Amino acid sequence: MAQLLQHLINGLAAGTIYALVALGYTMVYGVLKLINFAHGDVMMVGVYMGYATAIGLGRQAQSSLWGVALIFAAAMLGCALLGFFIERFAYRPLREKPRLTALITAIGISFALSYGFQLDLGFKLPLPGGYELSLALPGASPRAFPEIIRPTEWLIIGDRDVVIWNWQVISFLIALGLMLVLQYLVYRTRFGRAMRAVSWDHRVAALMGIPTDRVIALTFMLSSALAAGAGLLYAIKDTSVSPLMGLYVGLKAFVAAVIGGIGNVPGAVVGGLVLGLVEEFVVGYAASTWRDAVAFGFLILVLLVKPGGLFGRVAAEKV
Amino acid sequence: MRRLVPMLLAALAALAAGCEKKTQPAPSGESGAPTATAGQSAGSAAPEGSDTILLGEVGALTGGQATFGISTRNGVELALKEANAAGGVKGKKVAVRVYDDQSKPEEAALAVTRLITQDKVVLILGEVASSSSLAMAEKAQAANVPMITPSSTNPAVTEKGENIFRVCFIDPFQGFVMAKFAHDNLKMNKVAVLQDNKSAYSIGLADVFTRKFTEMGGKITGTESYSQGDTDYRAQLTAIKKTQPDGIYVPGYYSEVGVIARQARELGLKVPLMGGDGWDSEKLYELGSSAIEGSYFSNHYSPDNPDPRVQKFIADYKAAYGGVPDALAALGYDAARVAVEALKRAPDTSSASLREAIAQTKDFPGVAGTVSLDEKRNAVKSAVVLKVADGKATYVTTISP
Amino acid sequence: MTTARSATTVPEAGAVVPAGLKGLLPVLLALPVLGLLEWLLRASPFATYLLSVMGVNIILAVSLNIVNGMTGQFSIGHAGFMAVGAYLAGFVSLMLKGVAISFLPEALSDQVFFLLALLVGGLSAALCGFLVGLPSLRLRGDYLAIVTLGFGEIIRVVVQNTDAFGRALGLSGIPQTSGVGMVYFGVFLVVLVARRIAGSSHGRSLWAIREDEVAAEAMGVDTTGYKVRSFVISSFFAGIAGGLFAHFVPIINPGSFTFVKSMEIVVMVVLGGLGSTTGAILAAIFLTLLPEGLRSLFTSLGAEGSLAQKVDQIRMPVYGLLLVALMLSRPQGLFGTKEIWDVLPKWWARRKKGTS
Repeated sequence: MAQLLQHLINGLAAGTIYALVALGYTMVYGVLKLINFAHGDVMMVGVYMGYATAIGLGRQAQSSLWGVALIFAAAMLGCALLGFFIERFAYRPLREKPRLTALITAIGISFALSYGFQLDLGFKLPLPGGYELSLALPGASPRAFPEIIRPTEWLIIGDRDVVIWNWQVISFLIALGLMLVLQYLVYRTRFGRAMRAVSWDHRVAALMGIPTDRVIALTFMLSSALAAGAGLLYAIKDTSVSPLMGLYVGLKAFVAAVIGGIGNVPGAVVGGLVLGLVEEFVVGYAASTWRDAVAFGFLILVLLVKPGGLFGRVAAEKV
Repeated sequence: MRRLVPMLLAALAALAAGCEKKTQPAPSGESGAPTATAGQSAGSAAPEGSDTILLGEVGALTGGQATFGISTRNGVELALKEANAAGGVKGKKVAVRVYDDQSKPEEAALAVTRLITQDKVVLILGEVASSSSLAMAEKAQAANVPMITPSSTNPAVTEKGENIFRVCFIDPFQGFVMAKFAHDNLKMNKVAVLQDNKSAYSIGLADVFTRKFTEMGGKITGTESYSQGDTDYRAQLTAIKKTQPDGIYVPGYYSEVGVIARQARELGLKVPLMGGDGWDSEKLYELGSSAIEGSYFSNHYSPDNPDPRVQKFIADYKAAYGGVPDALAALGYDAARVAVEALKRAPDTSSASLREAIAQTKDFPGVAGTVSLDEKRNAVKSAVVLKVADGKATYVTTISP
Repeated sequence: MTTARSATTVPEAGAVVPAGLKGLLPVLLALPVLGLLEWLLRASPFATYLLSVMGVNIILAVSLNIVNGMTGQFSIGHAGFMAVGAYLAGFVSLMLKGVAISFLPEALSDQVFFLLALLVGGLSAALCGFLVGLPSLRLRGDYLAIVTLGFGEIIRVVVQNTDAFGRALGLSGIPQTSGVGMVYFGVFLVVLVARRIAGSSHGRSLWAIREDEVAAEAMGVDTTGYKVRSFVISSFFAGIAGGLFAHFVPIINPGSFTFVKSMEIVVMVVLGGLGSTTGAILAAIFLTLLPEGLRSLFTSLGAEGSLAQKVDQIRMPVYGLLLVALMLSRPQGLFGTKEIWDVLPKWWARRKKGTS
């Protein structure tokens, strides 16, 4: 029983992260009909931004409340900026071209980021006043992410059968908060309405006076910031960062988005949670060696039975 | 077209009827007679009058195992630098040409073929990963060029032929070391295994450990696996926790083991972890932090060893590359020094005399233990068991074959 | 938007199958040429190996071009089908290692079994292609990309859990019966098939699907059927490429058939031009020789180790940036849908006119 509970906690924790990353995929797909393959790598860049901020703050400051807030803010703002540049210079020029070209571009960006971050290149810039600005790519080997939330046991069930830590609860609350903010943005604000209109038909939306370019750029920034937040939660949970983390998490989150029905916001959340739990229980109660095969097998199964995903629908294509 | 199908069927039937066992065993590899090609490659191997002897090395400088390849290369370079400073070999300098194989066996085969046929190297050093070494060994054996692998522990590598040597111990021994240590020294009866299913090295160690530990009367409570690159091992660890083992054998690489240790502690698993030489890296203590304390791993050498040769190596390495050398650097260093010794002893640089000279290596004082090659061209060495304490590995005991 | 795009991309002339490519004649012509080539290269293992790698890359690029270029679908799991072919062909060869045909010389009987193994590899890859393609190609859009990606992962997990395939260490000891002749016979076949498809009514339907799937369906093209068929053909040749690969690389392991390998093939197709067979060939040749050429350059410059190593390191990010730059500046690839003979003669003619 205790084991089941522990597996549930593990699965939900993994699933929340998948869900947050999947939301980014789904939003971009919604407005652009583009699978943003670089999404996971944007997340990875965000984690490194948070990492650099945390190291810069030092051991004491990084775990204070404002320190954590600053780390999240720096990563999310930095990623929003990165998302803006990617959209502006890599995707926007291709918007009227066949969709394949944008997809290839996305894969190209993903490669450039995940492999570029593995290089050990760097330079130092002397600043006035004896300071030195050193910028370096992180290199291939993984690093330990600092404990920005000092681990404390909050709840112990039985003879340490199940332990719940403070950061698990805090992470879950942050994730929930981010999802609620997103829900509000998409369904309760002018920007959200504009976004949904663009998603419905971007040409008609433009005729209605919606600045589609700006809406798409904002959507990109929003999804990238969300990815950075998700990435930080992921790094807090699994305590290590590496340039390839985006590839693995991005892939799984993408599967989650498709399972839930890509383009559908609640679908991404459900898909993420379902995938997290399925993986957890396959490892816990069946064979751990088959975990990745089960994840993708599940995806193919869902596509076979419900081609649009659990919550999506296959839209009739307009000519 | 319609006539073609029955004709094809008839041809197939004729072939099937004609099948039989081959009368003699098929010649292994393309060149059943290595001596014929030996003349070609070895004769042109060292252009007379040139003032350098060129060695070749293949290593993973990029890709999944890049850190290991880079350590090995550093060790090799350091050894050659010292050899050249001491006057080289027979008045010539020794140089090494390094090619990257991106941790892929097909690239390793290409690189080794290039080294042999284009660069005409006299001897090949390399690979860490056993699958890449196997690919290289096949090519080196066919071309009859001697090859020394610094750190491939899979037994199959040296079985490829008489040209393939190694300066480290093999998986069956390392698995045995930890099984013996867990059973005799740590008095464990029940151990769970957590292996990296993407790595042949990890599976090999886990298999041997399981067999030996069971033979000694211990019990394996469960075997779980993960994939290199994962960061969440809670599901496996939760399943392991249920079986209440006395210890967990995690024969993986440091990049994953550090995180595994943290998550094990987080889930309330307080038992020690045990592992192999893949743990050996300073990164382990950064990634594992306090969680990895009190764990044990088997290794080729201990940086604590007071032997002046070892301490000099560590000091030189630190000066050249920064950081304490890991076991792979030490093995790369040893492999290159064994090669240089053999070059010195051999009357010329032809394959046959080099092979002879390497095979005669006996009681060679390497930094990662004394190297004596047996008739199967494997090094017979003892292993050390290290304990993680205060953010570094401290020597516990030595276990001999 | 769609009309503006299709006006320029559908190949007009040159899509008719040239008379020289019809019938069995080209096959009969190719065999002695390849035999001669193999005989010439017997003393140079490096050239043989490099040419074999190049040949396999050409087969992969040209076959992927049938799906990604001609049909306009997007498969990013080609290495998965290659893995199926490599492992099954390798497995068959390992099983048949000690068997020979009594009335044939041993070298010849080895080749017969090699062909058999290739066929098994190709057909099983084709079967996988069918199983993967049918559900995902019924849908429009990018689902094929996702499912092929997942398929590659599933294959990796299956191999890692099967003792008969050597698990993570890989399958070694496969008889090394492949040579330049056999590899380039594969190249020849795939190019022949690709060109014939491009010029046939089947190919016309594929172009139609690529340009506008809805319109193609409205015109009565069985889009799912054509997509699945082209995908199966493409998978078959990926399997053949894998089978060839397994017979000249001493050991095959899951690390050789990753997502990165699939991406390398995609880069070849995109660089050469989506839909251009000769473009794919040239891109495959260029990208196979590039690293070796750089190695030669650096050793001749005397830069041992560090610089050459840097080049190996920056190759992957450069591939990524190359894809982005190419899509932004020339989204149709170097050749577009044109073949090299569509491009060269015009250029020649223009030059001749200019000089005379």
